Amino acid sequence: MILDHVPGPDENSAAFWAATAEHRLTVQSCTSCGHVQHPPRALCTGCGSMDHLAQVDVAGTGVVDSFTVIHRGPRPDVEVPYTIARVRLSEGPVLLTQLVGADPEGWSIDAPVSVAWADLPDGRALPVFTPSPDQTKEH
Amino acid sequence: MSTGVAIVGAAECDLGVTDKSILTLQSQAVTRALADAGLTLADVDGIATTGVSRFSATQLADYFGIVPTWTDSTFAGGSAFEMFVARAAQAIAAGQCSTVVISFASNQRSARSRKLGGVHEAWIPEAQFEEPYDMLYPLSYYAMAAQSYLHRYGGTREQLAEIAIAAREWALLNPQAFRYGKGSLSVEDVLGSTMISSPLTAADCCLVTDGGGAVVLTSLERARDLRRRPVEVLGYGERTTNTSFTAVTDLAVPGARGAVQDAYARAGITAADVDVAEVYDSFTITAALSVEALGLCAPGEALDFIQGGTIRPGGSHPLNTNGGGLSYCHPGQYGVLLLVEAVRQLRGECGDRQVPGAEIAVAHGTGGILSTHATVVLGADR
Repeated sequence: MILDHVPGPDENSAAFWAATAEHRLTVQSCTSCGHVQHPPRALCTGCGSMDHLAQVDVAGTGVVDSFTVIHRGPRPDVEVPYTIARVRLSEGPVLLTQLVGADPEGWSIDAPVSVAWADLPDGRALPVFTPSPDQTKEH
Repeated sequence: MSTGVAIVGAAECDLGVTDKSILTLQSQAVTRALADAGLTLADVDGIATTGVSRFSATQLADYFGIVPTWTDSTFAGGSAFEMFVARAAQAIAAGQCSTVVISFASNQRSARSRKLGGVHEAWIPEAQFEEPYDMLYPLSYYAMAAQSYLHRYGGTREQLAEIAIAAREWALLNPQAFRYGKGSLSVEDVLGSTMISSPLTAADCCLVTDGGGAVVLTSLERARDLRRRPVEVLGYGERTTNTSFTAVTDLAVPGARGAVQDAYARAGITAADVDVAEVYDSFTITAALSVEALGLCAPGEALDFIQGGTIRPGGSHPLNTNGGGLSYCHPGQYGVLLLVEAVRQLRGECGDRQVPGAEIAVAHGTGGILSTHATVVLGADR
């Protein structure tokens, strides 16, 4: 993962990144229409409001929507293999992430996962996902 | 039905490894397509292109020394050229221009300009929320779409390999193909190729070559006075769905379906009327999803449908008759070459790979990470 030069927060993502420093995963929620979305934006894709968005905590659980094991990295210094996934959070939004803490080849679609954190040198953290604690054995 | 607009010229520039610049290759593509039509640069008052520079169409107009009355540089990856056909047909019908050249060329193999990780501007959400995870772009998205599709419908990598195997069979009939003379592919060849982003191996991925092409459009009325048998633009449709890896809810259901439905409705045809289909096979899964979107089979049945030679030479549903991006040529943004091949099939110029009596052809482009989807229905002028 690229940990040393993740682009800095902007006015829309500042609250998301601030929460990651405390290892809290959040999504953007609209207090007007109830829509939840990720990544954070300047407007709600549910109702168009620019005035009702806030980052709210999520449970940090979800399922693997799909995944792929990378055997040839995008940069020469990347160690392979590793697993990229779309994780569908229990609250609905989908995140792109890495799956860690298990054999890269052993994942399956619909596997339950929980958030973990890869700390960045600047104090922020990247959310990654691991097998859900009660599922580790079956994984 | 007809849009009243026709394609009257089509050509490739040099393909493969050219050691030439983008603008030289563009010049080849455009002048060859105009010569094919019996026209010259002096006739051109519309230019649509992309991938030249920041000001793509403007750059070409300057380079060719012409002052167009209409241009389009929509950046939509490999589907841009099918979108350009729609826009050009509208512009010609509206009288804004009379003769449009749609072109593309790249020297990505000679210039070694292709990157596995792609390029994200620092200010878009993907730079913060996707790129740090080191996914391959666009490859990993298609890999996850393949994973979803195989999981959903119980298909196998062996079945999916048929897309690459059939493409090679067509390429063996096309002397212009990068893999011409390189022999047939087996299932074992595809599955045993280097794994890149599972479940896709190197053989599931399109070529990286130089190349490009151009097509010339004008009114059908004028087309009938030109030297080639006109190829009518019968219909078109498009969908734009995502730039991110996360916006689309279901990876196994691409926007292609809506694009195709609109194109068929505009043309007044159904899937049963399609004699030959040229679809962007950036990866084997892209073509499989497109076969389904074209309605050649029911949703979820593409991998069963393509077995038994269906899409190979002599099959009931000829697909990617030039050998496709997988075995013929893939300069990036391959969509213009879908149009070139569809035109040649409808004119009956394809020699050993000619689909006998082809009267309706479909070109279906896909751009980005299943981001943009555009379909053009073409018909031989009777």
